[in-house]
Amino acid sequence: MRAGKSRLSTLLFISAVVTLLVTVTTLNQLPAGHELHVGNFMVSLLGKYLTYAILAVAVDLVWGYLGILSLGHAAFFALGGYAMGMYLMRQIGDRGVYGNPDLPDFMVFLNWTELPWYWMGFDSFAFTALMILLVPGLLAFVFGWFAFRSRVNGVYLSIITQAMTYALMLAFFRNEMGFGGNNGLTDFKDLLGFDLRSDDVRLGLFIASGVALIFVYLLCDSILRSRLGKVAIAIRDAEDRTRFLGYRVERVKLALFTLSAMIAGLAGALYVPQVGIINPGEFSPLNSIEVVVWVAIGGRGTLYGAVIGALGVNYAKTWFTGAYPEAWLFALGLLFVLVTLALPKGIAGLRWFPSQGKKEGGT
Amino acid sequence: MYCRIAIFRIVALCLFFSSPLVRADVNTGIAELDTIFTDFYEGKGSVRTEALDTLAAMPREDTRELLQGILDGDLMFHRPSDTIVWAVKDGREFTMTSLDRSADLGRDGSRKVKRLKLNNSVRAYIRQLIAGLGLYSSNATERLAAIEALIDTPAAIEQATLDELLSAEQDQTVLHALQSLLTRKQLSSDDPTIRVTAVKALRTDLSSESRAAITRVALDDEDTDVRDAATSVQQYHEQQVKIYGRAETVFFGLSLGSVLVLAAIGLAISFGVMGVINMAHGELIMLGAYCAWAMQQLMPQSIAAALVVSIPIAFIVTGLVGIIIERTVIRFLYGRPLETLLATFGISLILQQLVRTFVSPQNVPVANPEFMSGVLHINGVFSLTLNRLYILAFCLLVFAALVILLKYSRFGLEVRAVSQNRAMARAMGVRSARIDSLTFGLGAGVAGIAGVALSQLTNVGPNLGQAYIVDSFMVVVFGGVGNLWGTLISGMTLGIANKLMEPWAGAILAKILVLVFLIMFIQKRPRGLFPQRGRAVES
Repeated sequence: MRAGKSRLSTLLFISAVVTLLVTVTTLNQLPAGHELHVGNFMVSLLGKYLTYAILAVAVDLVWGYLGILSLGHAAFFALGGYAMGMYLMRQIGDRGVYGNPDLPDFMVFLNWTELPWYWMGFDSFAFTALMILLVPGLLAFVFGWFAFRSRVNGVYLSIITQAMTYALMLAFFRNEMGFGGNNGLTDFKDLLGFDLRSDDVRLGLFIASGVALIFVYLLCDSILRSRLGKVAIAIRDAEDRTRFLGYRVERVKLALFTLSAMIAGLAGALYVPQVGIINPGEFSPLNSIEVVVWVAIGGRGTLYGAVIGALGVNYAKTWFTGAYPEAWLFALGLLFVLVTLALPKGIAGLRWFPSQGKKEGGT
Repeated sequence: MYCRIAIFRIVALCLFFSSPLVRADVNTGIAELDTIFTDFYEGKGSVRTEALDTLAAMPREDTRELLQGILDGDLMFHRPSDTIVWAVKDGREFTMTSLDRSADLGRDGSRKVKRLKLNNSVRAYIRQLIAGLGLYSSNATERLAAIEALIDTPAAIEQATLDELLSAEQDQTVLHALQSLLTRKQLSSDDPTIRVTAVKALRTDLSSESRAAITRVALDDEDTDVRDAATSVQQYHEQQVKIYGRAETVFFGLSLGSVLVLAAIGLAISFGVMGVINMAHGELIMLGAYCAWAMQQLMPQSIAAALVVSIPIAFIVTGLVGIIIERTVIRFLYGRPLETLLATFGISLILQQLVRTFVSPQNVPVANPEFMSGVLHINGVFSLTLNRLYILAFCLLVFAALVILLKYSRFGLEVRAVSQNRAMARAMGVRSARIDSLTFGLGAGVAGIAGVALSQLTNVGPNLGQAYIVDSFMVVVFGGVGNLWGTLISGMTLGIANKLMEPWAGAILAKILVLVFLIMFIQKRPRGLFPQRGRAVES
């Protein structure tokens, strides 16, 4: 019965996203003067929000269903973004400021003579696509392998994930790392031969983000409805009891944590071509915490809640920073406090769907 | 000193009797001056230097000034009157005064005056004479400057003069400088045994001049004994420099450690004793720093007093803010650490924005009071900056006060009781809710004090707290939650480790390595260096 209702919410969610994609695409085709016309800026903005929504789903997967509060998911997001950024840098070829066909501009600027080994292969999109998933996944796997095996839990895990992203941020700020240092990677020209500045490509990236969101949602939903998902929820609610029942808690955690990191990497890779830059600021601990807030506000433990949170908070942020730039942090701060105090299950916990009526233990 | 006056008398007498031009009395001495300057102006080679010698030996107050005047070109030859005068350029003309500055000689065009001819050897000679005059000055600072000017050309001063100065000198600093000048002079003595003595005397002097002199002797001296002595002293110096270099690294490490401990110790109370994750801790530090700024704004005349006053003020202000946070938010979230983390993060955003809106989004200036700026010189290669030294001491003081408070006071006993077994403590009559508020307030107040200290080291701005939050958590977790001593040791260890790695890894990489090490460490020992033991520890 529960599964049936869950399927209903999935269906509703997918139709909502598809409606959004179709509406925006249609309205974007209207002539620029039309009152319902959705501008290209708006399309890119929505595309960016959709990538945030994917990231929020990734965080919700581990926090809402596994009880791991990761304060380092921005690191996986940024790593995926950097992988994409490296591919886009290679696509610039000799059209950079220095016109060097072999090296990106910042390397020429730093007097580097040859491409570092870890930049090899990023000329190929297939390799890049692999790396977008592999690099964050590998980091999460190694990190999780050590952390879960030694049973680092709760707050401690949150703090070391935060330390991880902080360390990565410091590392990427270094010019010697070969990722553009402070300025990061930018000035991208095209993706797979399509000009990134053209309106059609922007619309295409927006649609791709929406499709990726649907795909990720379906993937997570099917995992959560599988046996694996049931064990994950059991771990969230009573880790020791699950372990005593004979489940390999570490393996479940590791698998979902790694998957979540890969999803975050995918989100980052879709994010970078739409905003046109990736820099070490994306690793900042603040970003990770912000993602957690989207999920908290939207409602953790429900995938659509995470998406609602990501879209809603980001829309509010854009609106506030335009209308009342001073007030945004007050509003966000108050949201944090009020949501944790009054709405522990977020907006989605407000019984929009009857399927969530069942009592669940929180962490 | 007596000797010098005797010389003056002799020279003055000689002049008096030898010069046919003497008309005026010795006090004015304008006639002698004229003679000397005529000699200097018209003469060549030794005549000029003799004239300068005579000038320097004159019993006048302004001999130094006159020599300096020659050197700087302020003294010029006036053609129409055929005399040498003080000339100050004033537009296209020169305003002239007589040599003893007693008479105003009017103005004249720039074509009527001529510079005195000087070459480098004369300039060097004049400089030496000026330095020599400074040696006899009644002002200790001038004497010191004169000695320091001579330190690289010790041959310029006579042994007898030096001995005389040494026996007459009263001021300890000047005496010390004279002795090192003597040693330097002995280094270029003809007698190898004197040179060896000098080399040995330089053993305790680690200043760069002394080390350079020893290196020179070790390479160039013709006598093997002297060379050997110098080489051994040189080795000793190198060893000393290495040791002091390490001591300096440790000092910098301790200084960084004291900052970390100060930033983390408030957290050690709220997180360690109460299990509350306070993400707004950094912002409480920031508020403390702003208290220091506000007090300085209120008392701009006495910055030092303002800083001292701001310590209790910051404690009270941030402590109250802490209590308000605890009463309005945190007490509803006990037992849900992750929610506490989020809610306090929200509070941190609000506090930051409050400061941005009501003070300024820019950094505010906090002045260093007089007593905190300055350097404590231990020796030539090792010196400690006073502000870091004070903050290290302050950190230890705050730490000791907290340990004593928690260990020996009634309040401390109740705090420990509540943190170990809340139900039992309540059963014994401890008002646990009140203790929670006060403990959180204490942690917040200590953060405020840390802010005052940090305002002396870093920029004070709305983002001050963010820079410390990750570090503070690391320190507390590394040291072991609920253990103040662990916090102290872990903070100092991390500080020193950071500074030890900096020379070969660079500042940022050192920090990254420390973070990576901590991540690994927590995997190995999740409860830190000094874990709490016993039944009270949550499972």
